[in-house]
Amino acid sequence: MVDKFDIEQIRKDFPILDQQVNGAPLVYFDNAATTQKPQMVIDALNHYYTHDNANIHRGLHTLAERATTGYELTRKKLKDFLNSESTDQIIFTSGTTAGINLVAQTYGRANFSKGDVILVSNLEHHSNIVPWQMIAEETGAKVQVIPVDDTGVLDLSAYKALLTPHVKLVAVNHVSNSIGTINPIELMIDLAHEIGAKVLIDGAQSVAHFEIDVQALDIDFLVFSAHKLFGPTGVGVLYGKRELLEAMPPYQGGGEMIKEVSFSGTTYNELPYKFEAGTPNIADVYAFGFALDYLKSLPKNAVWEQEKALLDYATEQLSQIDGLRIVGQAPEKIAVVSFVIDGVHPQDIGVLLDKFGVAIRTGHHCAQPLMARYELVGTCRASFAFYNTKSEIDLFVKALKRTIMMLS
Amino acid sequence: MATINETQDELIEEFGLFEDWADKYEYLIDLGKKLSPMNDAFKTEENVIKGCQSKVWLHAEKQGDQVVFFADSEAIIVKGMISMLIRVLSNHTAAEIMQADLYFIDQIGMSQHLAQTRSNGLVAMVKQMKNYAIAFHAIA
Ligand SMILES: Cc1ncc(COP(=O)(O)O)c(C=O)c1O
Repeated sequence: MVDKFDIEQIRKDFPILDQQVNGAPLVYFDNAATTQKPQMVIDALNHYYTHDNANIHRGLHTLAERATTGYELTRKKLKDFLNSESTDQIIFTSGTTAGINLVAQTYGRANFSKGDVILVSNLEHHSNIVPWQMIAEETGAKVQVIPVDDTGVLDLSAYKALLTPHVKLVAVNHVSNSIGTINPIELMIDLAHEIGAKVLIDGAQSVAHFEIDVQALDIDFLVFSAHKLFGPTGVGVLYGKRELLEAMPPYQGGGEMIKEVSFSGTTYNELPYKFEAGTPNIADVYAFGFALDYLKSLPKNAVWEQEKALLDYATEQLSQIDGLRIVGQAPEKIAVVSFVIDGVHPQDIGVLLDKFGVAIRTGHHCAQPLMARYELVGTCRASFAFYNTKSEIDLFVKALKRTIMMLS
Repeated sequence: MATINETQDELIEEFGLFEDWADKYEYLIDLGKKLSPMNDAFKTEENVIKGCQSKVWLHAEKQGDQVVFFADSEAIIVKGMISMLIRVLSNHTAAEIMQADLYFIDQIGMSQHLAQTRSNGLVAMVKQMKNYAIAFHAIA
């Protein structure tokens, strides 16, 4: 456990950060899209394929044993990370999107019927909209939308009004990927439970920034992606309450998820294997565990303070630029600044900033309904992680000013 | 009237004069700003090519035996690219356009904008310019 936040050391832990892009030092401000990986995670991947690779759960030999132990160890680490009741309730998927589709296609198909309502918010990523529209179409349920105000805050009185007995599920993100709003999920979950609805939390953007205690929050389903949490791509987590997961029919059929197969009928395996058909992404799951270890080794408050300092500094610096407007000014925000500039298309900003070595994201951020709400074609989004620094913000702001000059 | 390849060579020469990327992009942005405005009547749903981040509009018509292109975009760098594509391909016969090999984009170091397949609609625009030529050629 490091007790001091040593930014120099932390940056060394992420080897990718130390490079030149287009002749300038890389400034990586696209952390909401994916985070970089600490050396521990990269080493773990290498170690796994160099020493332990085998298929899991079935083999009796030593390598199979090691691979299985490594894979299951990450599940144990996740149990602690989320304060889940058991490891059985941690299901590995390929990402947030896969987790939402799993719940929609199993829980949704079994429980939704004509006239039922699935509530999503106007802040959602397409991943937390489209799977619900698909299952709604099949089952006759309807998708309704919790509106968002001009600052990017969900309208809670509208939410309360929308919570009728028809609502079966509320599917909301904890944090908005495009504008950074932190939603009051504790309150939203309580309100949904009062009318008997279940809640799925899309934690894709929150897990990297603060701890989530699924029991304290009384979360029914939580989904997120390892790659946004300093882990590898291709791994996601679905947490669910035991009684919900047990009652859900399986998703995909195949190996791993069965107990016994015959042509007269098949019985399914127990949790969590019921939902993990086929050979999973063993190496990346194993390496993901090391990302969790890395996070645990950091002083929590210092991480949050570093990010808060970056957000405040970037907001203050950007606000001084003529014609720049910050989109999303919720009082509770993670370290994300989305902005537009009068008369300039976000894409042009993104192309030129890249030439200065600065990586940000431009476009609709897979949240077209939110862009439509604000009548924007897109925004420029700078998203920070604890390994970013104020001097990187200075480089970014300087490059942005030159970019605007070139474009006007 | 210069041939398609003569115009491409001219552009390669013009870009060869720039010392660094900033000069190149300033020139490209300038080309974008100077692109002759597209008649709003041509900015129809049928003429739009939707990129993931920005839209391109493309209209083509036959004038005599030549194909003439009109295009626009929401993004200025894409407009600069459009301006060059029009300069190279417009006012040539359908057969010439169909056969054109657009080597200048690579040589002036702008292939990045065609590599971003989905974001800006440029790849689809180049394809659509060729499709227009094929269609005009077929009915000629
Ligand atoms: C809020 C939110 N939900 C879902 C997703 C989809 O995540 P993935 O592409 O890892 O499945 C993202 C990723 O951008 C996101 O930010």
